Amino acid sequence: MVLAADAFAQNVFFYVIAAAMAFSAIRVVTVKNVVHAAMYLVMVLAGVGAQFILLASEFVAATQVLVYIGAVVVLVLFGVMLTRAKLGQDVNLTNDYWWLGAVAAVMIFGVMAYSLLDYYGDEPLDTAGAESQLVDNTGQVSDAIFGQYLVPFEIISVLLLGALVGAIVLARKD
Amino acid sequence: MDDVMLNQFLLLSAILFSTGVYGVLAKKNAILVLMSIELILNAVNINLVAFGAHNGTIVGSVFALFVIAVAAAEVGVGLAIVLLIYRNRRSVDLDDVAQMKG
Repeated sequence: MVLAADAFAQNVFFYVIAAAMAFSAIRVVTVKNVVHAAMYLVMVLAGVGAQFILLASEFVAATQVLVYIGAVVVLVLFGVMLTRAKLGQDVNLTNDYWWLGAVAAVMIFGVMAYSLLDYYGDEPLDTAGAESQLVDNTGQVSDAIFGQYLVPFEIISVLLLGALVGAIVLARKD
Repeated sequence: MDDVMLNQFLLLSAILFSTGVYGVLAKKNAILVLMSIELILNAVNINLVAFGAHNGTIVGSVFALFVIAVAAAEVGVGLAIVLLIYRNRRSVDLDDVAQMKG
């Protein structure tokens, strides 16, 4: 994406991180301990941040680390703590129809993989705009947010405020 | 293996998405279901940023940031609801929340 000579190194990093992510994602939904599932979720989220860096979007990667690993996972761990999930092995996490879910997930993946391979095939990641993005990614993101997308940005701020006030109202003991 | 392909990011995101769908359908612990929803939203974010890089536009990153903000709001409200369910029923087992079952 950046330079042809770097493509090999990028591919190596991509496949190593992608393998770790796929393994951890599957562990999130199969492990028998809720806290371990949250830790594997951290692995997946960090991997997603690493992929953002490979895609030259360092601002999104930083936000991913701050918001997901810093806030969402901590919230999830607080949820685990407050609902007193059994901290050891808890075999009773999967419902009786898990195999239907597995069939649905495999079918969804099959359809998506087939159509993606059919449509995009070996299409290389286009480098046309990537080089100009690479120079000042954060600056371009902030120009877009505070320019063209100012109204959605303000709306999302109000949404976040409303959601957090709502969460406090729901969760407080009165 | 010489070129970085668009498809490898899309397929990775497809794996994450299907894993998340399995988790939402198969898990009965409400917090694990919320974690699976995070997996799905992250798969979407990889797609958005990959297509943004592919098309040479910054818009993909901007929308990924919006998705991250909405996901943070979602997990806050979701965990508050799970906490309320736990307070009322002493359990976060989704199979127990079946009063509406006819």
